[in-house]
Amino acid sequence: MTVHVNPVFEFRRPAELDGAAVRHPVIVVGAGPVGLVAAIDLAQHGIPALVLDDDCTVSVGSRAICYAKRSLEILDRLGCGDGVVQKGVQWNVGRVFFRDAPAYKFDLLPEPGHHRPAFVNLQQYHFESCLVERALQCAVDLRWCSQVVAVRPGHEGVEVDVETPAGRYTLATDWLVVADGARSPVRRMLGLDTEGQVFRDRFLIADIRMRSQFPTERWFWFDPPFHPGQSVLLHRQADDVWRVDFQLGWDADPEEEKKPERIAPRLRAMLGEDAQYDLEWASVYTFQCRRMQRFRHGRVIFAGDAAHLVSPFGARGANSGVQDADNLVWKLALVVHGHAPQRLLDSYDAERIPAADENILHSTRATDFITPKSAVSRLFRDAVLDLACRYRFARKLVNSGRLSVPAVLHGSPLNTPDEEGAFAPGAGVVPGATLVDAPVEGPEGAWLLQHVGGGFDLLAFGSVPPSLPRTLAHGPIACRVVVIGDCADEAAVTLRDPRGLAAARYDARPGTCYLVRPDQHVCARWRAADAQAITRALLHATCNDGGPS
Amino acid sequence: MSALITEPNLAAPDDFYEALIAMHRDLDEAASARCNARLILLLANHIGDHEALLQALAAAREGRDDAVA
Repeated sequence: MTVHVNPVFEFRRPAELDGAAVRHPVIVVGAGPVGLVAAIDLAQHGIPALVLDDDCTVSVGSRAICYAKRSLEILDRLGCGDGVVQKGVQWNVGRVFFRDAPAYKFDLLPEPGHHRPAFVNLQQYHFESCLVERALQCAVDLRWCSQVVAVRPGHEGVEVDVETPAGRYTLATDWLVVADGARSPVRRMLGLDTEGQVFRDRFLIADIRMRSQFPTERWFWFDPPFHPGQSVLLHRQADDVWRVDFQLGWDADPEEEKKPERIAPRLRAMLGEDAQYDLEWASVYTFQCRRMQRFRHGRVIFAGDAAHLVSPFGARGANSGVQDADNLVWKLALVVHGHAPQRLLDSYDAERIPAADENILHSTRATDFITPKSAVSRLFRDAVLDLACRYRFARKLVNSGRLSVPAVLHGSPLNTPDEEGAFAPGAGVVPGATLVDAPVEGPEGAWLLQHVGGGFDLLAFGSVPPSLPRTLAHGPIACRVVVIGDCADEAAVTLRDPRGLAAARYDARPGTCYLVRPDQHVCARWRAADAQAITRALLHATCNDGGPS
Repeated sequence: MSALITEPNLAAPDDFYEALIAMHRDLDEAASARCNARLILLLANHIGDHEALLQALAAAREGRDDAVA
């Protein structure tokens, strides 16, 4: 079996080195998952995107491997979901073992009638390759071997000095999106810090290629006989690559533990003396749960690991970064196109900081369970695991990572609250939540989410007043009407809901309608479509309803 | 949400107390501690009500020998 070889992207001499100077609307720093998602989304909003990356390849090593349903839906909107899903490994079942016994299994398979599965596992280098391919289709200007060495933020724009193999040049941009990873050189250049905790534990990742009888499931062991006192995670990726994650404890020597001769006995103890495998990548890591105090600093906006860090348990790193980009780009596009005031960008902080805090909370709790910090904490942890083998209630307390789910923007300033009594508590999709998929028949395919997003949409059930589609299409903020039911107006998209699942999931009656943001989050809903109320909600969701710019 | 019951509520107080002590018979300190931890988790699930559990945690923390600093 062969080990993965990364592609090498060519450095191309930019025109700026020969004196050409163009002011850019947006520059993205970092061609990782978050930067690439941002760049593709910008391009789809008609904004030429320039991406600077200090390397000349995709991720070295498999790194982030679990991509959640929400990330796949975002990729679908960006036109590259299929590639990731086809290449990736779908899984729904997780098993937890305590010492030498199975404790329980869980099934993440959501109800049927969704386009995308709960999770797809895929090496980060494959994930990024899919994004790079799509970015090039969208004419994104990807500049490899281009290291940002200085950043000068100003009131009207940002200057960026770029070091390349052919020399140094300066770029000017209106907005700078910083997605340059956990160590974020740009964050350091600007003297900005993150706050939070570092956890005193070390973990070894060994990614191995092997033909195996293991099922495509997430297996997590607490205190197994082959690695006593610590935890182990086994997870399948594409191309017969398996992620094995060994907890090592704080005293482990990271340089020693990375050596293949140290890893081999650990793997033999786990997989058997005659296990055949090739070691593809190994890494020893510690982790942190921390974030920047705020993500927007004037015209410099941070996203992904550069802005916030969590432990890997729960797959909340890359998945939350992709949601950051999803949240930021439509706002940036409205501001760049002059359709919204700059303060719309403050809602990125208002929405994504609580999301980061939610991820940090879950991640910290999982960490406290996996690495108990005191004797009594370990005592209760082991008691939970012991009881989990026998009683279902205790399985709810076992925390090997609470897996990523999309953030619900409950407190968002962009939401228009429901009218009193319009929707029963918990009914349908609340303002702030992401759209829920459902099978439909429509021009773009067999799924609801394929028909909504990218711009503002009114998702209406039954019928709408005949003039509404044209009124909303030509309003101050353009909004499309997507009708599930009948609509003779050619300005509207018409879908059918043959199984009634869309209506059920949206608690729909004839007339029920949802106002949906470009990132597929609901921002308002009503029992009857009223052009004035919809326009007010659109202005509110774009900060066009008064206040300073 | 219900308040933690601190008025007498045990059906058979003396029998319960005897059984509680008996549960620990022949256990060393570590085994007793494990047993107590499992017991707390089982009882907590039986109670279920989050507010009552938080009140119980606070009341337990305020023992006479363990004044909160």
